[in-house]
Amino acid sequence: MNILILVRQVPDAEARVKINAQQVDLDGATLVIDGMDEYGVEEALRLRESGAPIEQIIALAIGPKRNEDALRTALAMGVDRAIHVETDEKFDAVTLSRVVAQVAQAENATLILAGGQEADWDSQALGAASAERLGWPQLTWTNELKLDGDTITGRHDVDDGNESFRATLPAVVTTQQGLNEPRYPTLPNIMKAKKKELRKDDPAGYGLSSKVRTVNAEIQTRARLNRMIDGKDAQAAAQQLLDLLRNEAKVIA
Amino acid sequence: MILIVAEHAAGKLAKATLEMVTAARESGREGPVTLLVLGQNVAAVANEAAAVADQVLVADLPGLATYNAEVWAAATTQIAQEGEAHTVIIGGSRSGREYAPRVAVKLDAAYLEDATKLSSNGAALQAQRYTYLARVTETVEADGTVVVTVKPGSFAPAAPAAAAGEQYDVELTLPAARVEVTGKSVEKSSRVALTEADVIVTGGRGVGSPENFSRYVEALADNLGAGVGATRAVVDAGWRPYAEQVGQTGKTVQPKAYIALGVSGAVQHLSGMGKSKNIIAINKDAEAPIFKVADYGIVGDINEIVPALIEASRK
Ligand SMILES: Cc1cc2nc3c(=O)[nH]c(=O)nc-3n(C[C@H](O)[C@H](O)[C@H](O)COP(=O)(O)OP(=O)(O)OC[C@H]3O[C@@H](n4cnc5c(N)ncnc54)[C@H](O)[C@@H]3O)c2cc1C
Repeated sequence: MNILILVRQVPDAEARVKINAQQVDLDGATLVIDGMDEYGVEEALRLRESGAPIEQIIALAIGPKRNEDALRTALAMGVDRAIHVETDEKFDAVTLSRVVAQVAQAENATLILAGGQEADWDSQALGAASAERLGWPQLTWTNELKLDGDTITGRHDVDDGNESFRATLPAVVTTQQGLNEPRYPTLPNIMKAKKKELRKDDPAGYGLSSKVRTVNAEIQTRARLNRMIDGKDAQAAAQQLLDLLRNEAKVIA
Repeated sequence: MILIVAEHAAGKLAKATLEMVTAARESGREGPVTLLVLGQNVAAVANEAAAVADQVLVADLPGLATYNAEVWAAATTQIAQEGEAHTVIIGGSRSGREYAPRVAVKLDAAYLEDATKLSSNGAALQAQRYTYLARVTETVEADGTVVVTVKPGSFAPAAPAAAAGEQYDVELTLPAARVEVTGKSVEKSSRVALTEADVIVTGGRGVGSPENFSRYVEALADNLGAGVGATRAVVDAGWRPYAEQVGQTGKTVQPKAYIALGVSGAVQHLSGMGKSKNIIAINKDAEAPIFKVADYGIVGDINEIVPALIEASRK
């Protein structure tokens, strides 16, 4: 079986996000493989290491050139080869799922692993939309996964707690914290990764047209009061805080 | 028609549903606001729904007894198609954001995810949403049929309308669920749910120990009638259940008051609570990033300040 992993290159959490001409400008920001996607890369490698008959682990990125770095990271972690559908145009997740579905079919993938929530677009849609296009079931927010033949079992978070599940491949699984601890690529593996295939695909071949337009982007920060209370006298500080919450902010009774 | 899929649990309509009704009315989209109630034995929920919507469609079927993404997507799509809905509104809960993309694909509709504000601009529906770990607010828009998920806590809950909406039973052809649920553990808490709480008291690693967490965080929350939250550091350490985690990989909350005890204020944590109306931080490090987003801050030791707060809030 083949596993397809979706990866993205996103700003590091601590990176400062700038706005330029009403759009997010990543020039100069530190960019890293999305931490949520790393869980997917790691899990595929672990499934293979645990003895599952996995022939190929293929990483797919769709988007600007910077995503090559995410693919290189995935290759250095142990993925076999990578595909980059390079485009500077911004497509929404539901549109992008067209590419995922076509690549999954062309590559005979029966399991797709995707990050639970993208650290740039804060979107959770790509996995689910891809599953729908393929007519596959999906398991989201998965924090435990086992593979036995073509049966997957595991655990994932739901609205009111968590559930154990069983499903039959093909399926889409979205990953999250707790699933594993992603490995660091070692220097020899980084060197080896340079020789692995990173195929460039022409986006025109996938028939993409976004239904969602970005109108603008702003850094919106709520003005905070930043009222500091001296904590040296604990009793007085506590009393002052409660008074402020009761009488000024009116948030407690 | 604007179709809203009602969220409900334990025989009661969720606050998120009332928020979605407001979102629909503020969206500027035309047509009756229609609530779709999916489930089994949902008569009480349907009655509650009728009080706020123009009409209520009720699918009371054994096949809807438990949530499943594919089943919910199929049901919503059928009703949207039959009712010629141009706008489908689904809750921005974990499940909502899981099946809504499937509905968008089935309807070949645009998908506006996790909206915090809705308005119309000519034929286009515009939505605001947070991106980049909630540090950026983007406005996006789409024409034609649109599926929208609405971020919990972003709209005021709708008040009951003057006249109750009509209720109609609907028939559905449901697919078989392909994911088998083999076990379930429900987060039971005697406290208010984090996503519905007006006040949240959250403890970070600075609280010191699981015992202190109970002694300080839970005790203060109980005095204030508040929900209890935790940082990932505390959850990873096994002090608290994951259900209490607030942040990028935990819950997103927007209470009137968020009281952070011994929380450093990492970006991933802020992305889950940064939109709270009032933020109160207690931390012994005056340089802690949490103070930058705080309305009220006390530089001090949890072990001294919190017992005083508990004492004072008891009166
Ligand atoms: C992909 C990813 C996702 C993440 N998702 C989340 C998430 O959803 N939620 C989340 O919270 N984090 C998340 N994190 C982790 C996040 O980066 C931080 O590590 C975490 O929030 C830190 O938790 P903390 O503030 O409790 O602990 P610390 O950073 O250790 O801070 C403890 C604070 O307590 C203060 N303190 C110590 N002792 C006292 C005392 N006696 N009195 C008063 N103050 C005291 C210290 O000054 C310090 O500021 C994520 C990280 C990654 C990489």
